[in-house]
Amino acid sequence: MAYDAGGYGGRDYGGGYDDSYDDRPEFRDGFRDLQPPEPGFDSANYVPDVVKTFVVYMYRHIREKNVYEIHQMYEGSFQKLSERLFKQSNWPAVEMIAPYVDNDHVFCLLYKEMWFRHLYARLQPTIEQRCDSWDNYCNLFQVILHGNVNMQLPNQWLWDMVDEFIYQFQSFCQYRAKLKQKTDHELAFLRQIDEVWNVVGVLNYLQALIEKSMILQILDDEKDGNLTFTATDGYDYHGGTNVLKVLGYFSIVGLLRVHCLLGDYQSGLHALLPIDINQPGVFNTVIGCQITTIYYYGFANLMLRRYLDAIKSFNQVLLYIFKTKQYHQRSSQYDQILKKNEQMYALLAISLSLCPHPKLVDENVNNQLREKYAEKMLRMQHSDEAMFDELFSYACPKFITPAPPNYDEPLVNFNQDAYRLQLKLFLSEVRQQQLLSSIRSFLKLYTTISIAKLASFMDVDEPTLRVALLTYKHKTHVINNDGSVLSNADVDFYVDDDMVHIADTKTTKRFGDYFIRHISKFDEIINDLDRVQLE
Amino acid sequence: MPGAQVPITIEQLVALNPYNPDILPDLENYVEEQVATQTYSLDANLCLLRLYQFQPARLDVRIVARMLVKALMALPATDFNLCMFLIPERLQMEEPFLTLATLAHFLETAHFREFWDEANRNRDILEVVPGFERAIQGYAIHVLSITYQRLPRSILAEAINVEGLSLDKFLEYQVNNNGWTLEKGGQLVVLPANEDNHPVLRKSSADSIPLEHVARLFPVLG
Repeated sequence: MAYDAGGYGGRDYGGGYDDSYDDRPEFRDGFRDLQPPEPGFDSANYVPDVVKTFVVYMYRHIREKNVYEIHQMYEGSFQKLSERLFKQSNWPAVEMIAPYVDNDHVFCLLYKEMWFRHLYARLQPTIEQRCDSWDNYCNLFQVILHGNVNMQLPNQWLWDMVDEFIYQFQSFCQYRAKLKQKTDHELAFLRQIDEVWNVVGVLNYLQALIEKSMILQILDDEKDGNLTFTATDGYDYHGGTNVLKVLGYFSIVGLLRVHCLLGDYQSGLHALLPIDINQPGVFNTVIGCQITTIYYYGFANLMLRRYLDAIKSFNQVLLYIFKTKQYHQRSSQYDQILKKNEQMYALLAISLSLCPHPKLVDENVNNQLREKYAEKMLRMQHSDEAMFDELFSYACPKFITPAPPNYDEPLVNFNQDAYRLQLKLFLSEVRQQQLLSSIRSFLKLYTTISIAKLASFMDVDEPTLRVALLTYKHKTHVINNDGSVLSNADVDFYVDDDMVHIADTKTTKRFGDYFIRHISKFDEIINDLDRVQLE
Repeated sequence: MPGAQVPITIEQLVALNPYNPDILPDLENYVEEQVATQTYSLDANLCLLRLYQFQPARLDVRIVARMLVKALMALPATDFNLCMFLIPERLQMEEPFLTLATLAHFLETAHFREFWDEANRNRDILEVVPGFERAIQGYAIHVLSITYQRLPRSILAEAINVEGLSLDKFLEYQVNNNGWTLEKGGQLVVLPANEDNHPVLRKSSADSIPLEHVARLFPVLG
């Protein structure tokens, strides 16, 4: 899928991250001469000229629905100004800039959305700030849900809203779970604020965005071929607004993520069903969204033992990142992209160790995988549990405990509890599959072998072997939603009384495709030759 | 909306309003209903476990235990594991969850003899859910069916915990209704052929070419 920054109809726009930024109108006021602020500089109450210009231009572009310009400012200018002026400090408070934008209520909510995102990324939010950022999202979403916005915003920003919303929720749960280091003030505060970043609230906002936007109906209609939403990347070319619809769409991915963070993989996958990840869709328009979708989809499938689905999806997105990551080097998202990339290689390594299917992996991805994990995969194939532990712990999501603690009980840190549970259950699954690897390697050597002989090779007694063979079959056969059975085994067999018969797994060469490809290619060459004019 | 209340099923509740703690009592009742009527709904039960996660003080151990037994009965589906992902670790270290986890482990690794022994020692947990024995026997037969073409009678007996005359009757029923046959005077059970115990039956998509691919050649072939 060609890289597209989601610009308003600008498919050939690839200049999102070039140096012509410094020539942009909002930087005209002596930006390049501006030094980073002195220590003690009161950034909350003093508004540098360049920030004034920034908000004025941003406000104008939003009013004029100039999505391209909004995107440039949001993705580029904001990052540059943050880097130069607010590296370790906050942007000016919203009250300070409000006069320059007619005190526009919605713009202020959007400004604060960016303001808090900057805070969470660069500094440690206080508990009051965490509450305020929750309030801001509530206000912003409520305005949008009541249909009172008539804006077009870049998909990147809309995705970031959902992504950041969930990230701040996650951050709050982690923060709340570390009770030991809390001051009395913080504990007293925490007791009072059950509704702040309440899991039910978060889920209900995502659900509300999905329902109010009617996105499920829109996606369903598209199945009949009426691709208006996807074809325009969710943008509205008739003077309307894309905000609610696209937020609804991204909330679908949001639900997948939240459910996975809670350990409910089935519900997560269920929530994602309206989006077909094997077809191009709006989730492809923002690379962060594509990566998040596949990461959680793949992880959920891994935990459900649906290894083939996990492998195929990781392979798909890792190949995409491999081909396109150079275009994102200047992006503020680059570090995140790289991190998820590494985590998915780890998850792919785990999946392939439990369910070897080398042909499903693209050559480029496989080379990268070998480079990073060849030795570790070998150890995992020999049931090295510590290796599974290491990779799982590195690559898994930051699970959360959604419920507030009982503040009257002795204070402990329970921020690791959720992760420890998922790890423990995953490792017990790995342990149950321990013998599968050796069965696999022995079966590959024979076409038939008696139970007695195989048992002696594997150094176990016959009943143990019979049980292990049954386990192999059970673990490699997945039950689909419709009740049908799907085998993901690369080596298959059946048992006839006391003989094991191994199925012939020699893959037939696909001559048909090969010849078709070469016939077409040859035809192309002939046509090219015909066109050559000899002097 | 004024006036009449439209009766809404639990399934509809779960589909439309799943994140509402008010439906918790309804979901608990629904678990009891599933037990009594020998029905099952994974989605509703996961929804309840989720609400318990949000409000741990309301967690009812008895209800969760019944849910887990129902989930075991759903094997070979991974429902039991799905439930365990949502139950706090320290609860899992207590009874009856410890026993249920052991039973699940035996079933997941096809240790049927050990399973039936342990199940016998814990009838109190299991017999509250009617249909349990039959469901597990169904699972055992499923695993045997995808592995064996012909299996010794003793292996079958151990897997479904049926022996002697009862086993004879059971086999007779399977022969008459489900396509089983017997050989060697009943010592060898022949299971019906399926894709998994007859891998050669597996549909081969090896060298079939879709029409669209060949259609690309039509301009070339002239």
